[in-house]
Amino acid sequence: MGQTLAEKILQKHTGQEVSGPGQIVQCSVDMVLANDITAPLAIKSFRAMGANKVFDRDKVSLVCDHFTPNKDIDSAEQVKVVRDFAGEMGVTHYYECGEVGVEHALLPEKGIVGPGDVVVGADSHTCTYGGLGAFATGMGSTDVGAAMALGETWFKVPPTIRVNLTGTPGEYVGAKDFVLNQIGILGVSGALYKALEYDGEVVDNMSIEGRMTIANMAIEAGGKVGLFPADAKTMEYAKNAGFSGGEPMAADADAEYERVLDIDVTGMAPQVACPHLPDNVKPVDETSGLKIHQAVIGSCTNGRIEDMRLAAGVLKGRKVDPKVRCIILPATPAIWRACMDEGLMEVFMDAGCIVGPPTCGPCLGGHMGILAGGERAISTTNRNFKGRMGSLQSEVFLSNPAVAAASAVAGEIINPAKL
Amino acid sequence: MKVTGTAHKVGDHIDTDAIIPARFLVTTDARELGANCMEGLEAGWVERVKENDVMVGGENFGCGSSREHAPISILGAGIPVVIAKSFARIFYRNGFNMGLVLLEIGDDVDKFSDGDEIEVDTATGAIRNLTTGEAVQAAAVPPFMQEILDAGGLVEYAKKKLG
Ligand code: SF4
Repeated sequence: MGQTLAEKILQKHTGQEVSGPGQIVQCSVDMVLANDITAPLAIKSFRAMGANKVFDRDKVSLVCDHFTPNKDIDSAEQVKVVRDFAGEMGVTHYYECGEVGVEHALLPEKGIVGPGDVVVGADSHTCTYGGLGAFATGMGSTDVGAAMALGETWFKVPPTIRVNLTGTPGEYVGAKDFVLNQIGILGVSGALYKALEYDGEVVDNMSIEGRMTIANMAIEAGGKVGLFPADAKTMEYAKNAGFSGGEPMAADADAEYERVLDIDVTGMAPQVACPHLPDNVKPVDETSGLKIHQAVIGSCTNGRIEDMRLAAGVLKGRKVDPKVRCIILPATPAIWRACMDEGLMEVFMDAGCIVGPPTCGPCLGGHMGILAGGERAISTTNRNFKGRMGSLQSEVFLSNPAVAAASAVAGEIINPAKL
Repeated sequence: MKVTGTAHKVGDHIDTDAIIPARFLVTTDARELGANCMEGLEAGWVERVKENDVMVGGENFGCGSSREHAPISILGAGIPVVIAKSFARIFYRNGFNMGLVLLEIGDDVDKFSDGDEIEVDTATGAIRNLTTGEAVQAAAVPPFMQEILDAGGLVEYAKKKLG
């Protein structure tokens, strides 16, 4: 019987024979990741295990991106713990200061993760690298601490839901809308413990950035991984990023799926996830007219250069509503620079946006854009849980970058086509 | 081990931002995290909790971020056991690693109301509602996770492996 993408990748990392869903397999890992919030706990566990060196200094990434530039004394102390540990262990991929970006945008861009890898990260959106054809999943700090010490971890082989995306998307409709739509169909626990695997003509035509946007939100349906085949585009992206190794890979034609979801994107409207769950998804027109106080364009979901271009395309020659804080956070220094080189920064400044450093910031209600009670935001991030961006009495709506930018101009949620 | 305490019932899809909002993630201390447990659900929620009380959740308990601070804050609040219809994947793994007992009981969760007195046998997964007299059996812990539990948690398990 054929293998799914998840089974194929796991098989390459274990001596056991991968026989199917439910089986527990011990796998070697190609990269282990933690950030400024989760690394201190991972380090605590690592030390409690009696470990005194990481299994491979080139295969650990520590990215201080959540509360940085350090928002207060406590977060500065946490970053110090991570920095000291990185120094002591000689960790190659330690990022802070002017080099840091949002982890899941940074690692693919630097060629640190790539097709065929098994990656575990103490961050739930580690699944982003599935866009590159990596079996990448989030875990807690102690699991990650153990992986840092041992270079291996255990997985339960997941059953797979296959999502076929077909058709031709309209203007202002893209990867974010496809994934929101699919989460609306599956529900926030619809892929619990499962792998999502994507294919279809829409996927073939999609950029790697778009694939990563979709893979990023696998966890929002409860999924373990969101996997894309590694095709010629993937190989080119990985090579340009400096990733060595990896090979083209697709699921076997006779692989067995628990469920197949066929989604025709033709005629799909831009999608918006309403408070307070990412599966509360509606076409944008059903939410239009709702006044907003803040628009956030950035994050590991939509902070890449394509997203910046989409936002700038809408903002060019327009002004943000004076009552709206439009916060733009290019996700990495390289993306920031590309925004400058391409003239997008000028568009953002002319429109009256606030452009910030690469950081998670407001996405998790950390800093640089916290909501007061009664305030409403539209955001290109991935979670709209109650209180996620600030007050328990605030609201977050999730959308693609064009919808967020258009809404910032209108002062209310709007379909960019109607601006 | 037998745990007897009051049930604190919460709804479906309780996310880790509800369990411990990001603004409290500037420490790894269990007591400090425990003092703010469920602060993202309701301000001052934790004040109702006594040592050894039991959390009763709905579907997909612990969804969202991978923050291990979530099970730690529940433990830090004095709650040793969470019973739920189902658990989110990362939270489930984290709970075990941290020594928080997680029992999945599906629709039987409806047999427990907020404020009921509950007795849980953490070794067998037998749960009794002392208020109503109903008894429920939780699903068995997956064998590999039992191995980790038997080793005394993941830290001990890894310690042995590092030898
Ligand atoms: S941008 Fe948001 S979702 Fe992504 S890693 Fe940072 S906090 Fe998490």
